[in-house]
Amino acid sequence: MTEVTMVVNGKSVTKSVKGNTLMTEFLREELRLTGTHVGCDTSQCGACVVHVNGEAVKSCTMFAAEANGAEVNTIESMENPDGSLGVIQQAFQDHHGLQCGFCTPGMVMSAAALLKDNPKPSEAEIRDYLEGNICRCTGYHNIVKSIMAASGQDVSNIAAE
Amino acid sequence: MYSFDVERPTSVADAATALGKEDAQALGGGQTLIPTLKQRLASPSVLVSLSGIDEIKGVSSDGGKITIGGGTNHATVAAEAGAYAALADLANNIGDPAVRNRGTIGGSLANNDPSACYPAAALASGATITTNNRDIAADDYFQGMFTTALEEGEIVTSVSFPVPEAASYQKFEQPASRFSLVGVFVAKYADSVRVAVTGASEEGVFRWSEAEAALSGNFSADALEGLSVSGDGMISDLHGSGDYRAHLVKVMTKRAVAAAS
Repeated sequence: MTEVTMVVNGKSVTKSVKGNTLMTEFLREELRLTGTHVGCDTSQCGACVVHVNGEAVKSCTMFAAEANGAEVNTIESMENPDGSLGVIQQAFQDHHGLQCGFCTPGMVMSAAALLKDNPKPSEAEIRDYLEGNICRCTGYHNIVKSIMAASGQDVSNIAAE
Repeated sequence: MYSFDVERPTSVADAATALGKEDAQALGGGQTLIPTLKQRLASPSVLVSLSGIDEIKGVSSDGGKITIGGGTNHATVAAEAGAYAALADLANNIGDPAVRNRGTIGGSLANNDPSACYPAAALASGATITTNNRDIAADDYFQGMFTTALEEGEIVTSVSFPVPEAASYQKFEQPASRFSLVGVFVAKYADSVRVAVTGASEEGVFRWSEAEAALSGNFSADALEGLSVSGDGMISDLHGSGDYRAHLVKVMTKRAVAAAS
């Protein structure tokens, strides 16, 4: 067992973890932050994307022990302080960017990482950035539309469903 | 996964000491090793994470060379290796953005996956792979599929690339995994042209010497017209036969020469 300390969604946490504890397991089972989803567990699908020191990573393919000292943000940190949906989350609701919702936490976290570096991405840049996030419901068009809307851009030219 | 301990040293010296333990294994970004551990294809007693070692991270360029720390992730290479545009472009097309934030150049070169991108860049550039013990020329480093000149416990601390006059990496992606079915890196230097091929051979990355000779006299796609590559010894699987891969080697080499800048 190794003791790890990290700041998760603004709160410092210290826990003892086994070497083979994945970040997904740590977040979901130790901290009960179940918004981060495990889809494939093989770093293909992106449902588990969280931010570690501000960078999007697949938390199923990182050990909790590697995040010692890090600042971690999960989907639970994306809401507004008053508990209402954050800008990206609200855009997903407004533009029907989800159906079953299983991939959505990863989509929102990837979108947030993209918009941090590129506040006004083109449609092509959004589609390229989402290469590692798989959705089996939407066909992606409305996800792209949601992210365009969240960045304050006109969405009337994005392909309709 | 089997159980193991994780250590996270903050210096190369401490990492080397930790790797001296029985069945210790270095962990770079983990984008290959962690899936391997999940499949129980490896059973280390201790994983020595290199992610906390700042001295092996970063990109610097000096006197026609660009040097990248072994622990530098692909996203950083993509953003900061602009002095060698073909290399930055290669890094920017590995995996997806989240994978590029974790995977490292040192990890890729130590693993030497036969379809990985970085080995093609290192071999085509005549790069020097520096470890905690020595410098290894790329021509001596790659020794077959998943096999390198690294000794047990040796750590890739940096990789130094001579910047060519013109270069391009062209990857024909396997549509499901997006790994290279065949990838070709062409680098033109003042006195030579080097062509390295990944994804194709059962022996891992290799130099296509006939193409190098043809391109040294005439650096144009036309110079490759009369050449052919044998399918013998090429990887053959459900994604493509050996003959198909051999055909792609020439196609992708032509594209790389045409795109080289």
